[in-house]
Amino acid sequence: MNIHEYQAKALFEKFGVPVPKGVAAKSPAEFESALAQLPDAPVVVKSQIHAGGRGKGTFTDGYKGGVKFAKTKADALDYANKMFNNTLVTIQTGPAGRKVQTIYFTHASDIKKEYYLAILLDRVTSRPVIVASTEGGVEIEKVAHDTPEKIFKIVIDPAYGIADFQMRELIAKLGLAGSEAKNAAKLIRNLYTCYWETDAAMIEVNPLITTPTGDVLALDAKVSFDSNALYRHPEIVALRDLNEEDPKEIEASKFSLSYIALDGNIACLVNGAGLAMSTMDIIKHYGGTPANFLDVGGGASKDQVIAAFKIILGDPNVKGILVNIFGGIMDCNVIATGIVEAVKEVGLKLPLVVRLEGNNVAAGKATLANSGLALVSGDTMADAAQKIVKLVA
Amino acid sequence: MSILISSETKILIQGITGDFGGRHAKLSLDYGTQIVAGVTPGKGGLFFEHGTHKVPIFNSVAEAVAATGATVAVVYVPPPFAGDAILEGVDAGLDLVVAITEGIPIKDMIRVKRAIAGKKTRLIGPNCPGVVTPGTGKDSFGGCRIGIAPGYIHKKGHVGVVSRSGTLTYEAVFQLTSKGIGQSTAVGIGGDPVNGTSHLDVIKLFNEDPDTHGIILIGEIGGNAEVEAARWIKANCKKPVAGFIAGATAPAGRRMGHAGAIVGGVEDTAEAKIAVFKECGIEVAITPSDMADALLRSAKAKGVTLS
Repeated sequence: MNIHEYQAKALFEKFGVPVPKGVAAKSPAEFESALAQLPDAPVVVKSQIHAGGRGKGTFTDGYKGGVKFAKTKADALDYANKMFNNTLVTIQTGPAGRKVQTIYFTHASDIKKEYYLAILLDRVTSRPVIVASTEGGVEIEKVAHDTPEKIFKIVIDPAYGIADFQMRELIAKLGLAGSEAKNAAKLIRNLYTCYWETDAAMIEVNPLITTPTGDVLALDAKVSFDSNALYRHPEIVALRDLNEEDPKEIEASKFSLSYIALDGNIACLVNGAGLAMSTMDIIKHYGGTPANFLDVGGGASKDQVIAAFKIILGDPNVKGILVNIFGGIMDCNVIATGIVEAVKEVGLKLPLVVRLEGNNVAAGKATLANSGLALVSGDTMADAAQKIVKLVA
Repeated sequence: MSILISSETKILIQGITGDFGGRHAKLSLDYGTQIVAGVTPGKGGLFFEHGTHKVPIFNSVAEAVAATGATVAVVYVPPPFAGDAILEGVDAGLDLVVAITEGIPIKDMIRVKRAIAGKKTRLIGPNCPGVVTPGTGKDSFGGCRIGIAPGYIHKKGHVGVVSRSGTLTYEAVFQLTSKGIGQSTAVGIGGDPVNGTSHLDVIKLFNEDPDTHGIILIGEIGGNAEVEAARWIKANCKKPVAGFIAGATAPAGRRMGHAGAIVGGVEDTAEAKIAVFKECGIEVAITPSDMADALLRSAKAKGVTLS
């Protein structure tokens, strides 16, 4: 689960991680009072969407920049009005972009130098890792590629936390000394506590800045949480913004379906995440393009299959459907019956290829064949994928 | 022979009184697996009954082990309690704990993995389909089935299968069995980013097992576990190996069902992993339908008989 920058910064402040003063506004009526709470200009006006690359983004009406520096509060108000309710397209949003429904005004800090700081899981050691760089405010992927020697990592023992010697080493590598070093060490420790206590999946601060007065501040904040741990953090669940999520994905989650919309035209309905991914792959292999990832889970009940069909058909790009079920424990005939009922209930008009394998498969195939529906049966994954690709071509 | 478990292995089930654990306990008993105990705190003294089977339930793993000599535990308990259940099995000195539970918080698994480092117990999973060593009976009955895999699709034989994904493991096993090729053991290591046993750990076991003649290695986007396994295979494994990587079409930054299946950088894409497989002499399955055939190609090239 992701949250907005303004929410992440409120969380940071709770854990003692310094951020520039800022106020969020959710309607133009609040803009002036929000700006009044900030010290004098300059002000930074920041569109709040769950995607990076905002500063270099362009709105669908042609207005450029989802993050803007305003010399006066009057300018800030003008920028905010242009951004609000406008749709911002960045490298991370896809062409459809995201509608800006919150504006975050922050005091523009004096920047001495920009750094990069992140905390996430290191999969190799199964421990948290702190990643930092002297190259902040730019794409970290680019830094990792061009100048990997400027990226520093410390792996944290979860039973001990950050050791002092590790912190000294990191601070030295970042070239910090004096009050900057002291403030940075305190910030990093508090940020780690924030990561650990909230079950965050990743915290990214880009840039982290030093100021001419020796302060260290998180100028930006990107935080995502482990969805498996949300049950013990109602205060974080309350930060969820459904406007930022695909309505089809929200609907799918109600039926314990794992659905992700993609931009192709062959919808897939599969049981199991690995099989679902490879079903998308095999469609592509035979020249088609998958419209979605959809895992109905191990069970695949009739209600789930019906819900899955409805979600799939809500995507106007879909020109055909491939169902790929490996009924290991489930009776294939039960699944086949569910498919037939689902197809009848939703009045499917598109080509449908079904590949069914596993427990009691002969009866399942007979049910499909005798249903009177115009569906095509596939024997193997390869056979089924070739058939659906041909049917939508 | 087989790895990790055999038809003699005595299993205890943590969470046998839950719907999920109970259902799969019955299927394992039907398969002929030696389920000797159940553990549910507060329900000690009761029995789990299924047909002619009467499995005693204990309040703790330690009690169950003392009374029955179980050496392996399967964990079906719900996510908030699963980390603790794993630790209990490790504390009781079991050889193997297989955690089926899906949805355990990553922080819990970070702590569990740290706590069990250096202990004798091997952990497989969590969020995994389990382990099957097929038996000699009809539809491989009489084997050891731990977890949620369909037992009947297996056939006793000499191919080792290792995968993160349940249904992809079944797919590979089914392709092999359909071609008359049996399996020594099929291991699902699970789809979470923090898990107990890696692809490489299982590959090493298969490599040492004289009864395993060939290996199917199934991976996914995300992480570097498949690459690590492939490099080791190149240096140490003479047996034929076929590999498949799921997720070639997955967009970067989107998590595909498995918590671990997410492309984070240039090196954990399907393309990059497939390139390493090829470089390491692993026969790549071009599509998921090609897994058994890919192993046959590799076996033929190395002059190895699989069946």
